[in-house]
Amino acid sequence: MEMRKVFAAEMERLMNKNKKIVLIDADLAKADGTVPLHNAFPSRTFEAGIAEANMVGVAAGLSAYGFIPFVTTFTPFATRRVCDQIAVSVAYAQQNVKIVGTDPGIAAELNGGSHMSFEDIAVLRSIPDMVIFEPVDAEQLRQALPQIVKCEKPCYIRMFRKETPDVFTDGKYKFNLFKADKICDGKDLTIFVSGLCTADAIQAKDMLKAEGISVEVINIHTIKPIDEEAIVKSAKKTKAVLTVENHNVIGGLYSAVTEVLAKNCPVKCDCIGIYDQFGEVGKIPQLKARYNMTVNDIVAKAKDLVKNK
Amino acid sequence: MDCIERSKEIRSLTMQCIASIGVGHIGGCLSLADLLAVLYTKHMNIDPKNPHMKGRDRLVLSKGHAGPALYATLASFGYFPKEELNTLNKIGTKLPSHCNMNLTTGVDMTTGSLGQGISCAVGMALGAKLAREKARIYCVIGDGESQEGQVWEAVMFAAQNKLNNFTLFVDNNGMQIDDYTKNIINMEDYEKKFKSFGFNAIRIDGHDIDAIDAAVEKAKKCKTRPTAIILDTVKGKGVKFIEEVGVGNHSMPFTVADYERALAELK
Repeated sequence: MEMRKVFAAEMERLMNKNKKIVLIDADLAKADGTVPLHNAFPSRTFEAGIAEANMVGVAAGLSAYGFIPFVTTFTPFATRRVCDQIAVSVAYAQQNVKIVGTDPGIAAELNGGSHMSFEDIAVLRSIPDMVIFEPVDAEQLRQALPQIVKCEKPCYIRMFRKETPDVFTDGKYKFNLFKADKICDGKDLTIFVSGLCTADAIQAKDMLKAEGISVEVINIHTIKPIDEEAIVKSAKKTKAVLTVENHNVIGGLYSAVTEVLAKNCPVKCDCIGIYDQFGEVGKIPQLKARYNMTVNDIVAKAKDLVKNK
Repeated sequence: MDCIERSKEIRSLTMQCIASIGVGHIGGCLSLADLLAVLYTKHMNIDPKNPHMKGRDRLVLSKGHAGPALYATLASFGYFPKEELNTLNKIGTKLPSHCNMNLTTGVDMTTGSLGQGISCAVGMALGAKLAREKARIYCVIGDGESQEGQVWEAVMFAAQNKLNNFTLFVDNNGMQIDDYTKNIINMEDYEKKFKSFGFNAIRIDGHDIDAIDAAVEKAKKCKTRPTAIILDTVKGKGVKFIEEVGVGNHSMPFTVADYERALAELK
């Protein structure tokens, strides 16, 4: 199912249960799939129009009045455009605002460079108290939303909008917003991965297994606060780390993971992601190739790391 | 205490507060004293003993650098002891130069990055409607602040949502840091602008106690739209030697000796 449909369905359930939840869009309700919420809750959903700074401020005011506002727009407009509003009116003011950014990084596809946020995590990660969450699949998003509502902190949800491969499918999956998800055990290398790269990392792991390399795959769904324990534990075991992310390697997952490792357990590291470039138009597979983020790229870097560790 | 006495006390306490650290945003604090006196004496439904009272009216000082004027008002109404005003901007204080709702009892919103407080205030007005509470939300912006695009985003949103419980004050003291506002980006005609943006607009002498009182009453009676009250004010109002500094009184050195000299003038 499309992530935006999962989001709307789970939000509908939560909004029925909790009357304090409200939602504001900035003229992207149709794109972000929140129109059913506007129809179901006409008095608790709002349009800010194409005015994101005000949307975030209004949300902070609603929070100060006791509500739990969600604001929804594309990732660049949900983060870098309103960085100061998030820093001052939301985080510094300790307001419980949930910011939903859709189409992160290369998911912006044909909208290209202006819409392709490779810096959104970096922008928000240095603001105190922010919780930054990037779901992998429908099941994880479904389980995360109630925990995000309960978490009385400003949260950023970096959400792919469309169909995405299911990763957590066994029916026993139990999500914890503050604990990383180990997808499989391994002993030669750890891949820390987030968002839409996760399915690729799993595929790479299977290919590496065929070549005799045992890879541990850990999904870092919450990049802040990051699960330091899981990172250190795995790195101590495998002594080689590869991060894979749909974001600039400056300020994103690679930075967050290596900050933890530098202090606690320095090991050989490398990264797959955007090497400090702007976006451009293309479909996701083409963009993965363009930025050296394919399954084959993951396999090649993993092999190099293991060989040289 | 009537509004005139209260405004004198607010001016005096504001200057005491700023003199305690020796420098501060004195001009834009003094231009607000009469408004704060009228609002807190005659209009705001608040209880200093119960600062988080449900359904209370709220004031968002979007021009957050006028914090000391608000702190003086809150101390005057007993939210905290007046002696605390002497801690302004000292390390560990609960009274930072720009308002912080999580530090100061009675401060309703954290502000300081101009243009943002008005959006938060509009969000509160929307929240009051949603909660079916009768709270009125007051917000003060500066005339320089009105150059921020976000101000007009907030104004459009308030008008679109018919937030008749929202009253905006523009402290039109005509000056900003670099020069007179008219020489930087002239924002006139405020009345026309607000009216064309869907607000009820009233322009008054911002130091005329009765005019402020009447304008706030008019705003309460306007059921169809939010109201903007443009207050024509004097930056540094009430103390001649501060007024005479002009544009430079936005933030200026202010010693205890200056305070004593000013106090004599206030009486």
